[in-house]
Amino acid sequence: MKRFTGFVIKEFFHIFRDYRTLLILFGMPAVQLLLFGYVITNEIKDARIAIYDASKDEVTRKISEKILSSGYFILEKNLKNYSEIGPTFREGKTKLVIVFGSNFAERLQREGKAELQILGDASDPNTANILVNYASGIINNYLLSINTEKVPMRIIPEVRMQYNPGLKGVFMFVPGIMAMLLMLISALMTSLSITREKELGTMELLLVSPLRPIQIIIGKVIPYVVLAFIDACIILGMGKFVFGVPIQGNIVLLLAESLLYITMALSLGILISSITNSQQIAMTVSLVALMLPTILLSGFIFPVENMPIILQVLCHLMPPKYFITIIKDIMLKGNGFIYVWKETLILALFAVAFIMMSIKKFKIRLA
Amino acid sequence: MENPSIIVRNISRSYGSVKALDDISFEILKGELFGFIGPDGAGKTTLFRILATLLLPDEGTASVEGLDVVKDFKKIRKILGYMPGRFSLYMDLSVEENLSFYATIFGTTIEENYNLIKDIYRQIEPFKKRKAGQLSGGMKQKLALCCALIHKPAVIFLDEPTTGVDAVSRMEFWEMLRRLKESNITIMVSTPYMDEASLCDRVALIQDGKIMKISKPDEIVADYRHELWAVRSGRFFELLSDLRAYPGIHSVHAFGQAAHVAFDKSGMTAEDLRKYLINNRHKDVVIEEIKPTIEDCFMELMSSEK
Repeated sequence: MKRFTGFVIKEFFHIFRDYRTLLILFGMPAVQLLLFGYVITNEIKDARIAIYDASKDEVTRKISEKILSSGYFILEKNLKNYSEIGPTFREGKTKLVIVFGSNFAERLQREGKAELQILGDASDPNTANILVNYASGIINNYLLSINTEKVPMRIIPEVRMQYNPGLKGVFMFVPGIMAMLLMLISALMTSLSITREKELGTMELLLVSPLRPIQIIIGKVIPYVVLAFIDACIILGMGKFVFGVPIQGNIVLLLAESLLYITMALSLGILISSITNSQQIAMTVSLVALMLPTILLSGFIFPVENMPIILQVLCHLMPPKYFITIIKDIMLKGNGFIYVWKETLILALFAVAFIMMSIKKFKIRLA
Repeated sequence: MENPSIIVRNISRSYGSVKALDDISFEILKGELFGFIGPDGAGKTTLFRILATLLLPDEGTASVEGLDVVKDFKKIRKILGYMPGRFSLYMDLSVEENLSFYATIFGTTIEENYNLIKDIYRQIEPFKKRKAGQLSGGMKQKLALCCALIHKPAVIFLDEPTTGVDAVSRMEFWEMLRRLKESNITIMVSTPYMDEASLCDRVALIQDGKIMKISKPDEIVADYRHELWAVRSGRFFELLSDLRAYPGIHSVHAFGQAAHVAFDKSGMTAEDLRKYLINNRHKDVVIEEIKPTIEDCFMELMSSEK
């Protein structure tokens, strides 16, 4: 046991003497979260629009007012005729143009319908789509409010976005970044630290020592469990206090699940390092084989349900997917363990499988 | 000194089609300082790794202190001190931390075996707070030796411990090895430097995976069968080719500023040679009879092998 503690202490020395890596370890979650939270966002705020109002009557003014006071849009300019639309879009600032047909109020009154056109700048299709939906939503609301008496029967759906009423992107990014960063730190760092010993030749001495393979492996892992766990806390803390992402469920359960996920990622890192001999390869494998699938195939950014069947199957082989499901359930929905036991079990199985494989693969000799 | 500590029987090991070790057998006695002398790529490191249980031999058996290197590798690892050819301590740990780390993983402490490493450690102790990566080459090797000795091993394998170390530190290092013998530790050391051979109890000359000769350093020298002359002249490069063209000369090798010339036993004299060289426009010709060194013997063995 003393041998083992000595080994773990040595690992901590390595980590704390490498300031740069340490800075990355603790700086990365903060930077990533801020990036995803503030910069890379698909929420709409202050989108610039232009209005071409051909009738300029009471109703069109009201509608314009409604749109502009919604908080989503600000007026870039009023257009004087239809032909200005093209150049306005080309300038690039304006994302949406609303065109009211002539005699809008009059026709609405007399014929019960009027012409209104919404043009979106679909060079960015996602944004255009969202903007158009927002705008038409506002217009429909207004129309409903002015002719309540005339329509005999109607269904007004009252929409509420459960668990994330403001549709804030950061609610999605916090679990995603947690899954991604914990995977990166755990898998990448352990695989690097083991292959480094191989490259330096110190592994040769460790092998000749009475330390058992399992002691070397666990000794390598423990420091990174601690570090990754601190990172998990940083992400959760920032999510809560900077971005206001609630933690509805049991925090202890949440942290325990994070710990399980970290262990799983670490064992994957060990597996990588036991089949490679250089830091270079370990790094490439960790980045290519772990990062991209974690981002793309975990449901972090793109919903799994919309993918082709083959990719969906692949997604189910991605441990981060289960972790993201688990944290979303616990953080946002406040679910207890009974709702996530299946995912937890799957993560645990992944971890056990990776550990078994790495112990089997660990070479007690050089070649 | 009579029980063998290390027994190697018909060991072979190949890397693909390259035969690194070819049917090697030898024994090393307990407490002996045994040297492997040979050029780079002779198979020294492979042999050390097999005995250190880090590689498996393709054929043959070997034992260390009665323990089989394949079956009892765990037991061997407990009684073995190993210093690999490459400096392999932790550069970001200090001298003291490195030493106490190796002490800990072998289940001992620096204090417990301080006696054994005292002479060596005292020389690097003033720098004990310094990171190992910032030590000079000689210091690094001394630290590595301390780390290999800290658990009081019964045998110690040193793979080219003096490569890349300055001449003074090399002599100091060998001085330490001589002193270690007093603790009755079996020491197996390899080196590419021939001059270090005479400091061993016995040496094995190894080349191309084969042991050419094993004996005491002075016996190797005594077995040398030719008259040997050191020849100098002002035009060194031409000297070598002119000497090689001279009939009746057995071999010519460059040793620093002199050519070592071995005569066949055919009654040639230094005077004949001097005349020949002066005829070939050499000036300041010096010819003196010398005693063969290990290196001369090694060169001789190498050329007779081919």
